[in-house]
Amino acid sequence: MSNQTAPSRFATFTVSGMYFGIDVLNVQEVLRRETMTRIPLAPDVIAGLINLRGEIVPAIDMRRRLGPPAPDASENPMNVVARTQDGPVSLLVDEIGDVLDLDAAAFEPAPENLNPHARELIRGIFQLKDRLMLVLDTDKAAGIAVEATRAR
Amino acid sequence: MAGQESIHEDPELVREFLIESAEHLARLDNELVQLEARPRDADLLAGIFRSVHTIKGTCGFLGYTTLQAITHEAETILSELRAGRRDASPDLISLILEVIDATRAILRSIETTGKEGANSFANLIERLQFAAANTPAKPEPAPGAAAAEPGQSAVCDSAIRVDVGLLDKLMNLVGELVLARNQILQYQNAADDSALSATSQRLNLITTELQEGVMKTRMQPIGMVWSKLPRVVRDIAHALGKQISVAVEGAGTELDRTIIEAIKDPMLHLVRNACGHGIELPEVRVKARKPAQGRVMLRAWHEGGQVNIEISDDGGGIDPAKIRRKAFQQGLLRREVEPGYNDREILNFIFKPGFSTAEQVTSISGRGVGMDVVKSSIEKIGGQVDLASTLGEGTTVRLKIPLTLAIIPGLVVTSGGERFVIPQASLLELVRLEGEAGRGQIEQIQGARVYRRRGTLLPIACLNEVLGLACDGSDEVIHIVVLQSDGRQFGVVVDGIQDTQEIVVKPLSRHLKGLSMYAGATIMGDGRVALILDVAGIGQSAGLVRSASEPARAAGEKKEAVSEAGRLLLFRAASFGRIAVPLSLVARLEEFAPSAIEQAGGRRVVQYRGRILPLISLGGMLDSRVPDTSVTQDPVPVIVFGAGEQSIGLLVDEILDITESAVTCRKPASHPALLGSAVVGGRVTDFLDLHAVLAHAGERFDGAAARSGKPGTILLAENSQFSRALLRGALEMAGYRVIECADAAEALRAAEHQRPDLLVAAQTLPPAGAPSLVEQIRRRHGLERLPALTLTTGAESPHQSSGGEFDDCQAMFDWDAMVESLRRLSGAIENHTAQPEEAGHL
Repeated sequence: MSNQTAPSRFATFTVSGMYFGIDVLNVQEVLRRETMTRIPLAPDVIAGLINLRGEIVPAIDMRRRLGPPAPDASENPMNVVARTQDGPVSLLVDEIGDVLDLDAAAFEPAPENLNPHARELIRGIFQLKDRLMLVLDTDKAAGIAVEATRAR
Repeated sequence: MAGQESIHEDPELVREFLIESAEHLARLDNELVQLEARPRDADLLAGIFRSVHTIKGTCGFLGYTTLQAITHEAETILSELRAGRRDASPDLISLILEVIDATRAILRSIETTGKEGANSFANLIERLQFAAANTPAKPEPAPGAAAAEPGQSAVCDSAIRVDVGLLDKLMNLVGELVLARNQILQYQNAADDSALSATSQRLNLITTELQEGVMKTRMQPIGMVWSKLPRVVRDIAHALGKQISVAVEGAGTELDRTIIEAIKDPMLHLVRNACGHGIELPEVRVKARKPAQGRVMLRAWHEGGQVNIEISDDGGGIDPAKIRRKAFQQGLLRREVEPGYNDREILNFIFKPGFSTAEQVTSISGRGVGMDVVKSSIEKIGGQVDLASTLGEGTTVRLKIPLTLAIIPGLVVTSGGERFVIPQASLLELVRLEGEAGRGQIEQIQGARVYRRRGTLLPIACLNEVLGLACDGSDEVIHIVVLQSDGRQFGVVVDGIQDTQEIVVKPLSRHLKGLSMYAGATIMGDGRVALILDVAGIGQSAGLVRSASEPARAAGEKKEAVSEAGRLLLFRAASFGRIAVPLSLVARLEEFAPSAIEQAGGRRVVQYRGRILPLISLGGMLDSRVPDTSVTQDPVPVIVFGAGEQSIGLLVDEILDITESAVTCRKPASHPALLGSAVVGGRVTDFLDLHAVLAHAGERFDGAAARSGKPGTILLAENSQFSRALLRGALEMAGYRVIECADAAEALRAAEHQRPDLLVAAQTLPPAGAPSLVEQIRRRHGLERLPALTLTTGAESPHQSSGGEFDDCQAMFDWDAMVESLRRLSGAIENHTAQPEEAGHL
C-alpha cells in the first residue's frame, strides 16, 4: 500500500484550510450533501451512515479526523467516497478542488512539524506553484476509526 | 513444463479448468462412496471414469504434470474396474479417494499461487502403480448386484454458471429500484396525471416481480451442503471401525445462500457427533439387537416460514444420568441444585461451553468445544436448536432456521429523534401506558426500573439512555417494547412506535462492528438509513441481561455456570403453599425415609453423614392445626442448613423450585416465622425467617462464632425493612450479632452507644447514602477505623470509598460473597483474630 512512488493524478479538496489530494483511482465518486443517519455511541469522527445506491457507507468527518474540530463553520460538507480496504467510505470535506496531473518528482515526505493528527494520515506533500498539496492516505484516514470504536 | 508455460498463463482458461474440476471432484466424492455400496454398478463406474479422465485430459493440456501423473494412475485402475477385470474393494476406493484429495490440494495451490506446489505425491503415485500392477484374481460376480441408477438428468443443459458477486450486486440494485419505485409512487399520487399513473403502476408490478425473481436466484438447495456429508461419514466410520450409512430426505429444500453458508459448519459438527458419540460399534449394536450398520438421517422441510433440519441417529442415545455426573465433575452443576433440573434440562447441558461426555478425546469429537458453538452460531442467524434423545434408541437434533437473513420483519421505533428497527423475532409485545395511572405501573427499586406486567415484574430501560440520546421530557404516553433474549424478558422504553416492515438487512462496516447494540443497518422507504438494534446487546449494555459468555470455558476453571447469588429455593410446608429461602443459606437438599427418623432427647433426629442431624418442622410453628407427624411412607424432603456440627434439617412437604429472586413488591410479615411476602416467579411467596424458626425450635444456632468466643457485632443500616430482615438472617447465620438501623441518624446513635465491630450499609441509605454515613461515623472518636461494607443492588455503580483496607463493596443478596467480605474486613480488627471458619461455607 505504502508505495513511495506517488500516483500522478489526484482529486483534490480542502479540509480545515488544508489542501489535500488523493489518488484519483481511489475515488469512487463525489456527492453533494447526503442525508445522514447518526450512530449513537459511535466515535465522533464517524459522522453517520449514508445510503449510496443501496450500499450503506460510513461517513468520516475529516475535520474531526484531523484534530480537534474547528468551531463549526457549518457549510454543507461534500462527500468524497473513497475506496478503502474496508470498502467504500465517505470522507466529509469542506470543498472540492480540481483534478491535478502532477510530476512524481515534486513529491516530498511530510514535514516533521506538521500537526501530529494530520501527519499520520499523510503520505507526503507536493509543492505546487502557489500552495502545498498533502497526499492523504485513505486507508489510514478510514482505518483509525476502527480502533476508536473498539476502544469503547 | 517450460514449453507449455504460455498455455497455463491464460487466466481465463485456468479459471474455467478450476471451476470445472471442482464440480467433478464434488461429484466424485459422492459417486465413490456409492460405489462402495454397489461395486459393480457399470453406470456409476463409467461416470467416475469419465470425470477422472476429463481432469487428466485438461491438466495435460494445461501442462500440470504432477496432477496429470496422479490422475493417469487413477485412471488406469478405474479402467480395470470399468472393464470388470477387478472389483472395487474398500482399499482401492480409499486409494482413489486419496487421489481426489491430492487433486483438490493441487487445484487449491494452482488457484492461489498459479503453480502446482512442491509436493510431487511420489508416494501416492507409487502406491497407485503398485495397486494397478497387482491385480487380484477376480471373484465370481455375486448374484443380485445393484441395479443401475437412472441416468443423470439433462439439467446441465438448461443452467448456466453465474458469479455470486453478480447476484449480490443484482440484489442491491433491486433494493435500490424498490426505493426509486416508492418515490415515484408518492410523486404520482400528488401529480394527478393518468399517463404517469398507468406507467408507475406497471413499474410497481414489474419491480415486485423482479425482486421476487432475484431473491430466488440466491436460494440454494440444502443438498449442496449435504452432498459432502457421505464422504465425511464414511471417513469417520472407517477411522472408528463403525458401519454407518447416511440417508437424506428433502435435499431440495431451498435456503438463502448466506444461511446455507452459516449452517454448514454446525451441521457438519452435528453429523460428526452423531457418528462419533451416537452410533455404537457394530458389536455393541448387534448385542442390543440392532442392525450392525448404524444410520444417520438428515431431513429438511419447510414449515411456517421456517426451515426445519433434523439430524438424527439410531445410536445409543444420551444418558441423562451420565450428563448429570459429567456436569458435576466439570463443575457446571452443584449437587444441591440438581433436583431442580429435569432430564430435558439436563440434556441441554450438552450445549454449555466446555462440556463433553466423551470418555476419550479423539480427532473426531470429545474436546468439549462444539455443541456450544453449534448453538450460538445457529442462534446468531435467528435459529433455534432443540435436542431430544431416547436412551438406546438414538438422538435427534432439530434446527429451526429462518428462510433468509437478507429480509426480516422488523418493528420501526423512534427514540431521540432517530429511527431504529427491532427484529420481530425478539419481540414479545408492545405496551402503551397513558397518563398518571400508566406511569404508576412503573416502579423504581433502588434506581432500577421495573414494570408490573400481569403480576410479574419486568426490568425496563430507556432506549434513549442506553444509546446516550437526548430524552424529550414529554411523557404523556409511555411505549414499552417487551423483548426476549437468551430466555430473559425485558422492556425497552422508546419515544414512539411506527409500524412493522420487511427490511433488508445490511451488515455494518468494520468501523462499527465494535458497537454491540447494533445488528446491522437497513434502508427505509424514504431512502434513509436506519440502524437495526441487537436485542441481546441492548439488554447487556442496559444491565438487563447478564453476559451470556461468562461461564467458565477453560477446562481448569471449576466455576458454577449459574451464580447462586440472589437465587431462592422454593418449597411447600404445612399450610403454606410457597415459601422461599435464599439458596445460599441452604447447605444440601436431602430425602429421608420416615423410618430413618428417630427420637432423641424429645426431638426428632436422623443419622446423617456419621452425625446426628436434628430435624425441625415448620408445621408446629406455622400452623398449629396441621398434625406434626408425617403418615406417609414416602421419603421426606429435608432442607439442611449450616455445615458440620452446626447442621440442622428442616422438614418440608415438597421442594418446588429454584428461581432467580425477584424480591420486589413486599408486604410485612403476617406470621412470626415469616419475614414477609413478595412476588417470585409471578406468584406470591412467603419468605422464611430462618432465625425465628431456629429460635422457636430452641436451637441455638449461632454458627461458629459461638465457639470462637467473642462474636462480632454488625451495625446493619438498611432502610428497607424487608431487605434488612433478610440480611439479618444471613448475618446471624454466619455468627454475627446484628444491630438494625433504618436510617443514617439511627445508625450514628447506635454506633456511638453500642460500638459495633463492622458496619454493613446499603448504598442507597437515606438521606445521603452509605458513603456519607461511613464518613460521619468515622469522625466520631474511637470509630475512625470501623470497617464498612457497602451493599449495592447492582443497578447503581459501585461506589469505591476512600477508606482503603477497611472498605469493601458488595452486591446485595450475594450472601456468600458478603460473608466472605466481612471475614476479610474483620481481619483488620486487632483483638479479634479468631474468625469464624465455617461462616464462609454457609
